[in-house]
Amino acid sequence: MSSFFTHVLGVTATTVLDILPIVVILFVFQALVIRKKPANLKRVLIGFLYVLLGLSLFLVGLEDALFPLGKTMAAMLTNPEFLGIRSGDPVRWNDYLWVYAFAAAIGFATTVAEPSLIAVSLKAQEVSGGTLRAFELRIAVAIGVAFGVSIGAYRIVSGTPLPYYIMAGYALVIAQTFLASKSIIPLAYDSGGVTTSTVTVPVVAALGLGLASAIPGRSPLLDGFGLIAFASVFPIVSVLGYDMLISWLRGRNKPSNKEKSA
Amino acid sequence: MNKAVLGFLKLIIDALRDLLPIILVIAFFQIVVFQQPFPNLGGILVGLVCVVLGLALFIQGLEMGLFPIGEAMATAMTRKGSLAGLLAFAFMLGFGTTVAEPALIAVAAEAADIAGQAGAISDNPDAKASYAFGLRMTVAVSVGAALVLGVFRILVGWPIQYFIIGGYILVVVITLFAPPEIIGIAYDSGGVTTSTITVPLVTALGVGLASTIKGRNPLLDGFGLIAFASLTPMIFVMIFGMIA
Repeated sequence: MSSFFTHVLGVTATTVLDILPIVVILFVFQALVIRKKPANLKRVLIGFLYVLLGLSLFLVGLEDALFPLGKTMAAMLTNPEFLGIRSGDPVRWNDYLWVYAFAAAIGFATTVAEPSLIAVSLKAQEVSGGTLRAFELRIAVAIGVAFGVSIGAYRIVSGTPLPYYIMAGYALVIAQTFLASKSIIPLAYDSGGVTTSTVTVPVVAALGLGLASAIPGRSPLLDGFGLIAFASVFPIVSVLGYDMLISWLRGRNKPSNKEKSA
Repeated sequence: MNKAVLGFLKLIIDALRDLLPIILVIAFFQIVVFQQPFPNLGGILVGLVCVVLGLALFIQGLEMGLFPIGEAMATAMTRKGSLAGLLAFAFMLGFGTTVAEPALIAVAAEAADIAGQAGAISDNPDAKASYAFGLRMTVAVSVGAALVLGVFRILVGWPIQYFIIGGYILVVVITLFAPPEIIGIAYDSGGVTTSTITVPLVTALGVGLASTIKGRNPLLDGFGLIAFASLTPMIFVMIFGMIA
């Protein structure tokens, strides 16, 4: 138990350096621009102490739990005995269907519950004047992420180059940008960044690295990364797609409202 | 005091809610698909308690200290700061929040570990630490640059899609020249950077900015900063990979 505490303390020591820049920046600008002591200085300082402790604990837990979860799942999902394949056989993508199912399930579940996505979809509902529904949008993004992470897992299994997939995603986003309502575009672009939370990122990253080290012929360095990139591009596609679908459904009744807010 | 305890309990519940979907999916696979207990369950549970407590404390601390100061300052800077001051603030804010971003700390360390094992860098703790540090600094600088560009865009009111499409083209072009082992890490770094600290403070900056400029809709023009912050790290990290 005492080794656990020394471990946490050691992490805390390095974490001080991580939060130092933002503390210095905020206090320097406070002194230069606002030129008075921040209100509730004591509370603010206690807050920074909490940030420091919390970040250290989180990093310890991440090392002990989140990374192992992702890696162990990757190892179990690719276990030849479980898949019913002989080790040494050439890799066939359709032997790994459970991997894609797991990737999709993780992508969907974490995205639907993601707090920043809930906030963004409520804003989207506001921006669109209620034509886009916050809940439907969340489902759309979650399906997008599930699909994205699943394809990302297929890419690792098949060992095909990551840039091709991402470029295809970009081409889709660009084409959709010309067709979607102007008011939704900045929000859609932002949704790609907000869906990947602090808890999800380590688990998904470890899953990818675990898959790449378990599947014969794949290298963690070349093939292991990229799952998060998929989880960042596909939400944009699905938000724009959802908007296009809604506009199309409404457009059958009356002329498009695309120019309304431009 | 009672109120503070209740507030913290709520944060613990929030942190649990973040974690719950992952636990449910993994539990489903363990029970239904594998039908065997999870290896080293005890150690993992201790770690998960650390994650939940750590995240709750972290967010409690952010809400007490960093967010009020950061938001007040973002609003103040957009009201009375000079253009140069505002852009300097945007850069520093992006840089500072990214350095403290937990997911980035974790993924950078992991990337250094993998690069060390694969022989892309020397496999000793010092080389790995300096690689992880370089990676994080690169991402932090790129997020700073993204906010400068994004704030500039909000000020002049140009449509975001030209910047994003331009950025995509740049990503594609640089990919052709980047060493293959950096591409995955670079592409991932865009999604990794925009998390717990960065998103709220950057959103405050954007919305503050759009609501102080006449004729701008805070809902429309305030967005887009995050999109920039998830695009520039890809470009900068690939350049880092070409130099390092």
